[in-house]
Amino acid sequence: MSVDQTDITKVALLARLEIDEADVPQYVDNLSNILALVEQMNEVDTDRVVPMAHPLDAAQRLRPDEVTEVDQRDRFQALAPQVEAGLYLVPKVIE
Amino acid sequence: MHTKTIAQLSAALRSGEISSVELTTLFLARIKQHNPALNCYISITEAQALEAAATADRRLKEGDATPLTGIPIAHKDIFCTEGVKTTCGSKMLDNFIAPYESTCTAKFAAAGAVMLGKSNMDEFAMGSSNETSYYGAVKNPWDQGRVPGGSSGGSVAAVAARLAPAATGTDTGGSIRQPAALCGLTGLKPTYGRVSRYGMIAFASSLDQAGPVTYSAEDAALLMNVMAGFDERDSTSVEREVPDYTAELTNSIEGLKIGLPKEYFDGGLDDSIARVIESAIQAYEALGAVVKEISLPNTALAVPTYYVVAPAECSTNLSRFDGVRFGHRCDDPKDLFDLYTRSRGEGFGAEVKRRIMIGTYVLSAGYYDAYYLKAQKIRRLISEDFRAAFETVDVIMGPTAPSTAFKLGEKADDPVTMYLSDIYTIAVNMAGLPAASIPAGFVDGLPVGLQVIGNYFEESRLLNVAHQYQQATDWHLQVPAEFQ
Repeated sequence: MSVDQTDITKVALLARLEIDEADVPQYVDNLSNILALVEQMNEVDTDRVVPMAHPLDAAQRLRPDEVTEVDQRDRFQALAPQVEAGLYLVPKVIE
Repeated sequence: MHTKTIAQLSAALRSGEISSVELTTLFLARIKQHNPALNCYISITEAQALEAAATADRRLKEGDATPLTGIPIAHKDIFCTEGVKTTCGSKMLDNFIAPYESTCTAKFAAAGAVMLGKSNMDEFAMGSSNETSYYGAVKNPWDQGRVPGGSSGGSVAAVAARLAPAATGTDTGGSIRQPAALCGLTGLKPTYGRVSRYGMIAFASSLDQAGPVTYSAEDAALLMNVMAGFDERDSTSVEREVPDYTAELTNSIEGLKIGLPKEYFDGGLDDSIARVIESAIQAYEALGAVVKEISLPNTALAVPTYYVVAPAECSTNLSRFDGVRFGHRCDDPKDLFDLYTRSRGEGFGAEVKRRIMIGTYVLSAGYYDAYYLKAQKIRRLISEDFRAAFETVDVIMGPTAPSTAFKLGEKADDPVTMYLSDIYTIAVNMAGLPAASIPAGFVDGLPVGLQVIGNYFEESRLLNVAHQYQQATDWHLQVPAEFQ
């Protein structure tokens, strides 16, 4: 399957990724080539195969619902681009 | 001193022949001398290293030392190291000082190993040449016009040039084994779940696994003794006893059954590489191993399947980089959407964007079954191939990479050609098996790696098989002329 410019623009929107207008044709080429490689999967009949999500087919481990983490808000927020009064700041969302 | 193995350095530290401060100073000086040309370190942690070395010397004196106490080591810049810049090779994390320590690096610190710095890598571990790093390409110490392989290219180049006696790496599709092969080192990707992924920046969570990069299999065993083990902070960590990985090194391999997958010696393999691999197999036969041809029929599907699974998981994992809580934020965002898209557009490089795009596409509405689910089904077929093979053989051998180190820039514009350079390594990640690459010879002065694949949790056997070969050969002890 190949993709076109509309697909690239749509996927970039879904991925929240700004892409230069000028680079779109290159993405069309690259993604089409990669998808052509991926298409080889269709040569195999997998109707009765059970999907493998984990290499060792392990189940997710559970633990008691206990508080194990300590509050490190100040430490983590020291890394943030913009904070105020313990809150992460972003541009106004609700008018 | 800088060409000695860890086993030798450990003995020298214990006997008092050299102190950890002296050894660390020696490697720091070598880094200062050679890193400007090779670019294998992103950060050099000189002050912390000298402090850790002084502590190690005290431990050595007090008789409280482990085999790694006082041994300098480079950590791939994918491991969070508290208080130290941790970039993952990306502009996105250029300003990121990790607020916590990964389990893997914490274990090395507890053992007394001395971190020299953080090594360069392909951005977010996405690449096979170390050319996608925001911090520039790494050069192969055997030929500085060529790539060291990737994504653990900085770790491997540092060890190959003897700018560190050992390093950590991570392997999602071959990122330890392929560069180890291209730079003439021993690299091990353990069984999925054997080494904790906590604090290791995630690329493709169902494939990522950390492992050692060393000169010898014996050294790899010493590192595995520190790295391996259950960690409740990694939900995919395996609860299983950790053996002493050095215990089986000296076992005889008389009667070892080696499987050679015929698919690994077909078409795409360079003749000169094939000859090196064949002579390595003959060396194993001389050591008493028995060789048998096997088939892994779904081999050709590994790369196509990987380029669904890995990008899908990458696009999910990398959604956390949003410019809000940490990492790069664009200037003057006009609204939230602009903040997300521009921060990500500016912070990520071309290869990472390509993979996020692929991943987002294959996971988008209506395509999930056709791509991700289909890939997970083929993943099972690939695993079943190995399962069947291991019913008749003990280990599987073949080339690690289809060619020797390629020239810088040679494949940089052609993603699919680059992806195919991981053709022999990717299936192992899909199945979650352990595998090593060990130096097996040279073609035109460039190293060639032999890949040895083992059954689940048989790292001890892999290291035994590698060690026995290294007792009979000296490929693993070769040092590029300029760095001797």
